[in-house]
Amino acid sequence: MTTRTTILSLPKEEYVHPGNRACTGCSLGIAYRIGLKALGPDTILIVPPSCLTVLQGLFPVASTKLPSLNVTFASTAAAATGVLEALKAQGREHTKVVAWAGDGGTADIGIQSLSGAAERGDDFLFMCYDNEGYMNTGVQRSGTTPQGAITANTPFKGKMQQRKDVAAIMTAHGIDYVATASASYPLDLYDKIKKAITLKGVKYIHIHTPCPPGWGFDTRYAVKVGELAVETGYLDLYEVEKGEFRLTGASAKTLEKGTRKPVREYLQTQSRFRIMSPEQAADAQARVDATWSTYSSGEG
Amino acid sequence: MHIIETGNVAAALGVKLAGVQVVAAYPITPQTPLTEKLSELIEAGEMDARYVPVESEHSALAVCIGASSAGARSFTATSANGLLYMHEQVHWAAGARLPIVMCVANRAVGAPWNIWNDHQDSISQRDTGWIQIYSCDHQQIIDDTLKAFRLAETTSIPVMVCYDGYLLSHTYMPFEVPEQEKVEQFLPPFHPSYALDPSSPANLNTVTLPEIRTDVHGEMAHGYMEIRYLLQEDLRKAVQVVEEIDAAFQEIFGRGGAPLVEPYRCDDAEYVVVGMGSLTYQLWDVIETLRTEGHKIGVLGVRLYRPFPDAAVAAALRGARGVFVMEKALSYGYEGALCSDLKSALYDHIPDKSRAPFVKGLVAGIGGREIRTADLTDTLRSGLVGSIPEPGWIGIQL
Repeated sequence: MTTRTTILSLPKEEYVHPGNRACTGCSLGIAYRIGLKALGPDTILIVPPSCLTVLQGLFPVASTKLPSLNVTFASTAAAATGVLEALKAQGREHTKVVAWAGDGGTADIGIQSLSGAAERGDDFLFMCYDNEGYMNTGVQRSGTTPQGAITANTPFKGKMQQRKDVAAIMTAHGIDYVATASASYPLDLYDKIKKAITLKGVKYIHIHTPCPPGWGFDTRYAVKVGELAVETGYLDLYEVEKGEFRLTGASAKTLEKGTRKPVREYLQTQSRFRIMSPEQAADAQARVDATWSTYSSGEG
Repeated sequence: MHIIETGNVAAALGVKLAGVQVVAAYPITPQTPLTEKLSELIEAGEMDARYVPVESEHSALAVCIGASSAGARSFTATSANGLLYMHEQVHWAAGARLPIVMCVANRAVGAPWNIWNDHQDSISQRDTGWIQIYSCDHQQIIDDTLKAFRLAETTSIPVMVCYDGYLLSHTYMPFEVPEQEKVEQFLPPFHPSYALDPSSPANLNTVTLPEIRTDVHGEMAHGYMEIRYLLQEDLRKAVQVVEEIDAAFQEIFGRGGAPLVEPYRCDDAEYVVVGMGSLTYQLWDVIETLRTEGHKIGVLGVRLYRPFPDAAVAAALRGARGVFVMEKALSYGYEGALCSDLKSALYDHIPDKSRAPFVKGLVAGIGGREIRTADLTDTLRSGLVGSIPEPGWIGIQL
């Protein structure tokens, strides 16, 4: 990126009221607060049922200062298209339309309408905050829950399957901008949103948002857990702009310096991985190694 | 201008005249020619609207929900399983009080697959909080579509204009296309009381608690139950709004006069056959035959199904000895929904039960089974002089 945002250059204007209904230590709170700063005041939000619905507040109280349309679970992207088309019909194209959904609302029930909108090239930004499960309903597995994680409906053996790579799915749609981000690296997230809103069509940003009650770690460690995910290569910060892939921020630095930590340092911070088998842990490491070998060779 | 066209084209021309701004649709037989016509009008520049070719019916209504929430006049159309796939959104649009208009080219629902006409699709949406109008011919389709927008925007309740698949959607009939200038006189531009706008932010369709609750200014706000009560109350009031809008339409266009129920030769009728959609007009022929045989029988077409015009239905049936309700749908496990609704209206409005007519429910045309006028005549004739053979499914061959 040409200009790097620092904590001092972030806009002072807040769009999320303090004292909202997010759980203690929720990293979505960080991503949402910084994300809305990047979007600015001329924005309409589209939100399906998710933790964010709760964070936003219960009628008649709202914690977000931007207009927000709550929609059905499967329909987020289509509803965003509807708002966008109405704005076009009314000559209000300057207003940004931004969908903000959880991983279930994106990877599982929401993927059909998201894929449809991406294929049509509808001009909005889709943010997925990924806490790797249905946390709002009590921690059930989703398509992005990693292998080995205990959830309310994988209670004893942990999830047996691999997580779904939604950013790759969106990249396969050939859209102008796909990025991954982490609540632990808010400035990287901020810059990606700033870039995304200058581009056309559906833009997709996938944000890793560690969840203290869902993942099983103390509420003070959300940022630390998110950092470890990046430092171990379990989560890579990257962007794909018009087909060009590049690592960003901490991930780029990790590659440059060769300082990648073992994945187990990330896994052991969370009680959801407590029954993970050595084979599963080794597999998680092997998958990260395989991905990173493509980065080293420049194939990424 | 009078033209000869299909029912689907009649609907499309109504949508064009109404100045719809956003159209979203997914193809399904027999609705497709309607949305094809709209995309043709829009691509040709004859209609200034956005057309969104969505990937599903669920998304079609989602686009309309988003667009209507942002203040645009929005339209979609579907049939059968498409409507069922929308069902969650159908409820949502009504709960969110969005004045969306949807045409339903009525078709049977699967399983098994069947693409022909009956009313099971829209009748299955009875309890969603939408207004439902059943058109009987092409003129009504175009007129009802125009009225639907004014009705929806006056009441903040979405409206479904239902017409028989194939029997109306694909057949050619002459009808008058209203003049644009007169339509603009009848239907002012859409100005919602609130539309999504960053200069006036609001959180719409927020999680709402069972109990009432104060807002940040200390004012008491509605709970879920109050919000839902208001929908019910406004739907009940909408019966009168339908009449008012029909009167306004009649004044400008000279057509209308029976927006709730359409009685035919009911004044002296001892028996009345009740139906909806194109079947109503087919029954007129049946009644003519039976009248020549000396039977005092009439037809009552139900044009507005939800909100149910119970008072108008009961008034039209007052004095009848017997009522035959002929339906193309069922509440499976009991009887036709219209039959139940009608009985309920009679119970409420005719206090002296000894004066209430008998009510016989009949089923016809399920899955497009041909409804022969001769079969209808025979069935009703036997109903008048004796009894109708069970199970009362006209034309069934078990």
